[in-house]
Amino acid sequence: MGLVARVLEEAGFPTICLTAARSITESVNPPRAAFVDMPLGYTSGRPHEPEFQRDLLRKAFKAAGNIDSPGSIVDLDVVWSDDPSWKDKATSGLNNGVNSVEGDSRQPRVNEPQYQYEEDRTAAENNREDDNAT
Amino acid sequence: MSLTDPVDYIQRTREQYARLGYDDYRWAEKKEIPPWTPIKKPISESNVALLASGGAYTKGQVAFHWEDDTGVRIIPSSEPASDVRVTHFAYDLEPAREDPNIVFPTDRLHELVAEKTIGSLATNSVACMGGIYSSRRAEEELAPLILESIANMPGAPVDLVLLVPV
Repeated sequence: MGLVARVLEEAGFPTICLTAARSITESVNPPRAAFVDMPLGYTSGRPHEPEFQRDLLRKAFKAAGNIDSPGSIVDLDVVWSDDPSWKDKATSGLNNGVNSVEGDSRQPRVNEPQYQYEEDRTAAENNREDDNAT
Repeated sequence: MSLTDPVDYIQRTREQYARLGYDDYRWAEKKEIPPWTPIKKPISESNVALLASGGAYTKGQVAFHWEDDTGVRIIPSSEPASDVRVTHFAYDLEPAREDPNIVFPTDRLHELVAEKTIGSLATNSVACMGGIYSSRRAEEELAPLILESIANMPGAPVDLVLLVPV
């Protein structure tokens, strides 16, 4: 996403990039970044905690307004939990420290649409048929 | 590593790939000073667009596939998070399917408009897939599609883009 931020900014659109992976963001070096020390998969907060999520976003927008030099990363004051032990073994994939899985826990890279619900597939296929009919 | 430090995913991935016998991954590295567009309006008056790479789509759209899908899905901002689906190969989908706002915070952004933290939410949000293996393809295929959706946003022009990767 840092690469995309650079392209947008080049084209005249200011950006603020949230990130839960500080080292990757340092490498890609986007114009404005806000680091949240959260497990991967929870970039904009803990589920079903709207005030936590709003607080995180307010801090990100505040950081956006304060950053005045390209390539800055602001560490946002948000805490996943009092227990930091999720960081011990966290990698990408399902093994994000909240879950614990051995080996390469990413899913196989299949080249077919991966629907959340079977009914989504039906809806998408019906839309395509409608498009073809017109 | 101290548990107060951020997790170094580049180092962890290197160790994990070595254990699995994979070649080292070459992360995109940009050393030059990034491009920069100043924020022209107070954020409380800015029209903000959401761009999220958690693989969101909405009912009726073709879902992303998991082999370097460099497409985008345009999701009307009027769509509540409860109608947003997510699909991705590289993170735990279960919590995000329970509450899509943790990777696609559309409900929260509407609330930030109501409390005047931001001025407005752009007509559409833009969703894509993170984890495109080739940074060249992310730059040459994905980035232009995203730029087009932001630059040609219906309604008020975009003043600020909020990027939410996973």
